[in-house]
Amino acid sequence: METAVRRPDEAIEAPPERATPLAPPDRRPAASPLDIVSGEIVVEDLNVYYGEFRAVRDVSLTIPPRAVTAIIGPSGCGKSTFLRTLNRMHELTPGARVEGVVTLDGIDIYRPDVDPVQLRRVVGMVFQRPNPFPTMSIYDNVTAGLRLTGRHKRSELDEVVERSLRRSALWDEVKDKLRQPGTSLSGGQQQRLCIARALSVDPEVILMDEPASALDPSATLRVEELIAELRRQYTIVIVTHNMQQASRVSDRTAFFTMGEERAGYLVEADDTVRIFTNPAEQLTEDYISGRFG
Amino acid sequence: MTSATVTAAARFGRAASRVPDVVFRSGSGVLAWVAVGILGLLAALLVANSGQALAKFGISFLTGTTWDPIAGIYGALPFIIGTIASSFIAIVLATPIGLLTAIFLAELAPRRVAIPLTFTIELLAAIPSVVFGLWGVFVLGPFLSRTVEAWVVDTLGWIPIFAGPPFGVGLFTAGVILTLMILPTIVAISRDMITAVPDSQREAMLALGATRWEMITNAVLPYARSGIIGAVILGLGRALGETMAVTMVIGNRPQIPQSIFDSSQTIASQIATTFNEASIGLQTSALISLGLVLLVITMTLNVIARLLVWRVAGPQGTS
Amino acid sequence: MTGAVIAQPSMAARLTGARVGRRRTVVDRSMRTIAMGAAFLCALPLAAVLFFVAANGLSALSLDLITKPPRALGIGGGAANAVVGTLQMVPLAALIAVPVGVLGAVYIAEFANSRSARVIRFCADVLVGMPSILIGVFVFTFLVLPFKQFNGFAGSVALAVIMIPVVMRTTEESLHLVPNSLREASLALGVPAWRTVLSVVLRTGLPGILTGSMLAIARAMGETAPLLFTALGSRVVNVGDFGRPMDSLPLFIYVNARQPVDALNQQAWGAAFLLLLIVLIINVAVRARSWGRRIG
Repeated sequence: METAVRRPDEAIEAPPERATPLAPPDRRPAASPLDIVSGEIVVEDLNVYYGEFRAVRDVSLTIPPRAVTAIIGPSGCGKSTFLRTLNRMHELTPGARVEGVVTLDGIDIYRPDVDPVQLRRVVGMVFQRPNPFPTMSIYDNVTAGLRLTGRHKRSELDEVVERSLRRSALWDEVKDKLRQPGTSLSGGQQQRLCIARALSVDPEVILMDEPASALDPSATLRVEELIAELRRQYTIVIVTHNMQQASRVSDRTAFFTMGEERAGYLVEADDTVRIFTNPAEQLTEDYISGRFG
Repeated sequence: MTSATVTAAARFGRAASRVPDVVFRSGSGVLAWVAVGILGLLAALLVANSGQALAKFGISFLTGTTWDPIAGIYGALPFIIGTIASSFIAIVLATPIGLLTAIFLAELAPRRVAIPLTFTIELLAAIPSVVFGLWGVFVLGPFLSRTVEAWVVDTLGWIPIFAGPPFGVGLFTAGVILTLMILPTIVAISRDMITAVPDSQREAMLALGATRWEMITNAVLPYARSGIIGAVILGLGRALGETMAVTMVIGNRPQIPQSIFDSSQTIASQIATTFNEASIGLQTSALISLGLVLLVITMTLNVIARLLVWRVAGPQGTS
Repeated sequence: MTGAVIAQPSMAARLTGARVGRRRTVVDRSMRTIAMGAAFLCALPLAAVLFFVAANGLSALSLDLITKPPRALGIGGGAANAVVGTLQMVPLAALIAVPVGVLGAVYIAEFANSRSARVIRFCADVLVGMPSILIGVFVFTFLVLPFKQFNGFAGSVALAVIMIPVVMRTTEESLHLVPNSLREASLALGVPAWRTVLSVVLRTGLPGILTGSMLAIARAMGETAPLLFTALGSRVVNVGDFGRPMDSLPLFIYVNARQPVDALNQQAWGAAFLLLLIVLIINVAVRARSWGRRIG
């Protein structure tokens, strides 16, 4: 058992253009130049099974820190399944298991001493449909994650609520009605509330599973703007079936498709500009340009 | 769920227009309304037959502490207290056990454990009340008096409501028997309510770094709250009206109990034990008035509980 | 800003839980264990009741218990009066309740507008939750009191009142499972609505209707309270005379359990064993079928 608390073995040099030395006061301080920019995910030879069925096959992918990585591909290609293996949410499905290695800043997240409960505080998640807790107020929705760890000090909670709601660009709309139920908000506001809730526990990585698919165009735009705001402070992985969205919000894009025996696999991953203008693979080209069959 | 009801109404709406259809339709309609008629007639007959006693005693029927057929004085308070006290014991015991069981069955147990356990608990509900009573008198009562009751009297006996002696017959044994009888109701309905909570709520809480148990208490139970309250109220309604098992173990003493081990009497057990010997007239009327009190209490609880459960699961839900 | 390393624990520490106390994990584990304990505690009473009823009842079980009535005077004899009474009152109750319940459910599921369906369904649900002793009092007021005579017919009616809402609700649920395409196909062939209901809808929903009816019968067999002031109970074997008092197994158990005579208590155990056996066999048989369907 390697229980010793240690820094990651392979310290990643911060790419200079990412390390913003000065952050606005309502922003989370970006990493200082001497610190490690954390939140890099490296996936090697990942296979996901549901019982006998292999849903995802042999995926190797590096997700850079403090950037947005989009995952696109036809439905059923395993992109949501893949996303869920990054914070072990797939373990909720009975019979689901993974083979391969997923590291977060060099730590294998499937190591026996990694607690999935702790992992999910570092790797947060936003879901397809807004899912605020209906019996809780806006304030309580945002603080739900903090209260789990017994942090009840009012001033501290107040501060986190304001900071999280400002980061999720919702503060101005709800600051006067924090005691109202979270479900009283519009769909788009609810989704930003869920993003605020995910931010409140101070994660490094945020996984987004088609976060705008249940929203109308103007609410979708707000969420996309929000992603752009958050991209320098968090590692964001977004699954989307909307290629335009992927091209608008992401720095990198990974294209998945379904292969033999309905197992999803990664075709290629590259800078978003390159994927949408000059992909290396014919399959990607076909998908981007709408050819199939 | 509601959509099923709506389409049901339209299923044969227009198609059933020919004479035999109309006959069939109205015939079945009459039979359906029999359920409503029974309920109305039951209430009306109870009101009509309790008139004599209620007119004579008025509100003092509810507040009087003496029930004396020879003197012709009827006060129902001892039975009302006995009913509430025995049901209260049952609810206090059955709610935590039932809710934990429902949580285990719905959230934690693997299917191969959950299925036989659910089956066992359903069978518990099938045991006739009188068999529970027989077992209560000869097995459970003596067992409790030797163990739990003796221990409580020894350690807490200086508090009046825990004073002895423990006979194994009385309020406490009745409460335990009622617990067993209402557990299946509370378990089955709470489990359905918990199952009806959408997975998105569970995922939201887990993604915040909650443990399984924190997910259950912070997301699942609050969401199912009103349905679970409904389940407990339905259990309470059953406990208040349960007759045979209680009659056999409660001791049948028409006085206000001072301790939870005292012999007592509930509304239902008083009716069961004295109705047949009652002289037609004031005494019968007083007993039927007791029944009316029970009807009002259980009907009110039932209506509240149904509305709460329907709110979570829809009107097609658990019956 | 001055280059000081931010006091953020390393990723390894954040992921392995070194930062939180063990309290949350301990609460999680122990509460899950307690929940499991509660669930098994719930299963215990069934085992205890079964064990003691079998242990005490088996020795009292004999051919005499079923074939001989109690002695007119003194102790001895059997429970033939009760067996015969149950075998008459329960079938008559089913004869009343099953048609009313099934056709009533047909009306709610197939014909009624949604508002009256809701009213009827609601009343049926309230009736299911009605204390059964009140049903006994209710039937007493119009089938016993006017004739100044306890009678088996009143007992059957009281049992029927208990069965009707049970049959109605379970039948309705099974009718909702009949696919609409079957109704449409039948109507499209020119089959009138009433025959469609009888030959297509009810036939398809038959397993569910049988399940509900059998469960209602099992429940009626075990009911005591509604019979106390209607059928009353009888020490003689009453065959066919519904105008006179009748006995039933639950009444027999109740009366004999309350006698301060060991031999009579033994008879109560014997009758309880018989009753429990029948009730549980019906329940297991009927539920095992629907469980099988749910699993398979």
